[in-house]
Amino acid sequence: MTAPMKTKADAAIQVKTLRKAFGEQRVLNGIDLEVARGETLSVLGRSGTGKSVLLKLIIGLQQPDSGSIRVHGQEITKLTRQQLNEIRKTMGFLFQNSALYDSLTVEQNVAFPLERAGGLSNAERNKRVRELLATVGMEKDLDKLPGQISGGMQKRVGLARALALSPDIVLFDEPTTGLDPITASEIDALILKMQKETNLTSIVVTHDLPSARTVSDRLALMRDGEILIEGSFKDLQASKDEFVVQFLSRDS
Amino acid sequence: MVSLPAADLSGARKTQPASTGFLVRFFVWFGDLGLFCSHLLRAVFLPPYEFREFAHQLDELGSKSLPLVALAGAATGVVLSLETHDSLVSFGAKSLLPELLVLSVVKESGPIITGLIVSGRVAAGIGAELGAMKVTEQIDAMEASAVDPYKYLVATRVLACVLMLPLLTLAADFCGIFLGWITTTLTDPISLRLFIEHGFKEATFNDFLPPTFKTAVFGLIIGVVACFQGMRAQGGTEGVERAATSAVVISSLFIILADVLLVRLIQVLFP
Repeated sequence: MTAPMKTKADAAIQVKTLRKAFGEQRVLNGIDLEVARGETLSVLGRSGTGKSVLLKLIIGLQQPDSGSIRVHGQEITKLTRQQLNEIRKTMGFLFQNSALYDSLTVEQNVAFPLERAGGLSNAERNKRVRELLATVGMEKDLDKLPGQISGGMQKRVGLARALALSPDIVLFDEPTTGLDPITASEIDALILKMQKETNLTSIVVTHDLPSARTVSDRLALMRDGEILIEGSFKDLQASKDEFVVQFLSRDS
Repeated sequence: MVSLPAADLSGARKTQPASTGFLVRFFVWFGDLGLFCSHLLRAVFLPPYEFREFAHQLDELGSKSLPLVALAGAATGVVLSLETHDSLVSFGAKSLLPELLVLSVVKESGPIITGLIVSGRVAAGIGAELGAMKVTEQIDAMEASAVDPYKYLVATRVLACVLMLPLLTLAADFCGIFLGWITTTLTDPISLRLFIEHGFKEATFNDFLPPTFKTAVFGLIIGVVACFQGMRAQGGTEGVERAATSAVVISSLFIILADVLLVRLIQVLFP
C-alpha cells in the first residue's frame, strides 16, 4: 500500500524515465517521480546515488541525457534560458552548503533575487528581506558576511533566499546535513512552518531519516540510480527488501 | 535571435577523460570558448543591464590596478632612458633621446606592459573568484534564482576590462614619459617642456591612438579568458588554483600573439 496521493492533474513535478550519466558513470537510470501540489517528498539514499543530480535536473542546472521533467505541467528540458528562468522564479533551491554569495552580506544575499526580479520599490524590497530574515530568525545579522556566521545560520539565510521570490516549489538539497541535532530540528521546524504557511510543494533530498519523517508526506528510497521503493514511512518499514531494512535500521 | 538551449552552456563541459588526446582537448576548448562568447554577446546586448556591478568592477579591476600599472610604466621609462642614453651619446644623437623614449613608450612599451601586468593581476583575480564561486555552487545558486550569471558576473567584468585597459595604458604612458624625463634630466638637465616638445615633435595621432586603443583588445582577451577559465573550474581548491593559473598563462600568451598581429595591422592601416 502506498500513501494517499493527489490526482495527476495536481502534479507540480512529474519526472519520467529520467537518465543522466557523467562519462561512463550512470547516475540516474530511469527515474519516475511525481510530486503533487502542496506535497513534500523526501528522496533518501546513500551518498553518490544521484539525489542531488535529480534536484539539479529538475531546476534545469543540468540537462538530462533522456527522459522528461514537467514542472507545473511544462516540459522544462526543451526550454530556452529565458523560458526556464520564468519557471525558476516559481522555484526555490536550498543548496547543500547553502551556496551563499560570499562577497555579499546576509541582507544582500536575500535581496539579490528580489533586485533582479524587479517589481518592488527599494522600501518594499527592504521590508520583504527583513520579513524573510525574521522568519528564519536571522534579522539581527543583516550586515554580516556568510564567512562570519555558523553553518546553521548559513542554512537559515539560504532558506530565506530560496523563499525570496515566494516560490510554489522548493527543492532542499540535504537541508540538515552537517548540522548538530538541535539546529537540524530547528531547520526541520522552519521547513514545516513554510509548508503550512504557503502550501509549498517540496522535494527534500536527505540522508537524515528523522528529518525526512518529520517534514515529508511521502518518502522515496533510491539505489543505483533508480527508485527502489516509495510510500509512507510505514510502507518503507513494511518492506522486506534487505537494502530498505538496512537503511531504516540505523534509525530504529 | 536564435535561442540557445538553457543549460550546459556554461562552458563547463564535463572534464574529458585523461586518455583524450591533446588535440581533441584543444579543439573542445575552442568549441566551448565559442559557445561561451555567443552567450556573452547576448548577455552584453540584451537587457537588463547590471550597471551597479559594472561600476564596482571598473573600480575593482581598473582603479585598483592603477598603482601597479603606474609603477611598471615608470620603471619602463627609467630603464629606457638609462639604457638608450649612453648608446645615443656614442652616436652623437643625444638630442633624439626624448623622441625615442616617447615613441617607444607610447607605441609599444606602455601598451604591452599594461596588458601583461593587468593580465597578471586581474586575470588571476577573476579566474580565482569565479572559479571559487563555481566550485562552491554560488554560480548554480545564481542560475537557480533566475539570474543569468553571464550578465551579472561575466559581461560586467569583460566590459570593465575592455574599458579600463586603454585608460590604464594612458597612465602607464604618462608615468613612463615623466620618469623618463626625470632620469634624463638628472644626467643632462632639460626642462620638462622642452623634453615633451622634442618627444612629440615627430609624433602623430597615428603613433598614439591606435597603440592605445589596441589595449582594448588586450582587455577583451583578459576578461574573456579569465571569466571562461573561472566558469569552467571544477574540483575544489585545486580546480580554483588551476583556473587562476590558466587564466593568467592563456591570457598572457594571447596578448603577446595579439600584439604581434595588431602591430602589423596598425602599420598597414595607419601608415
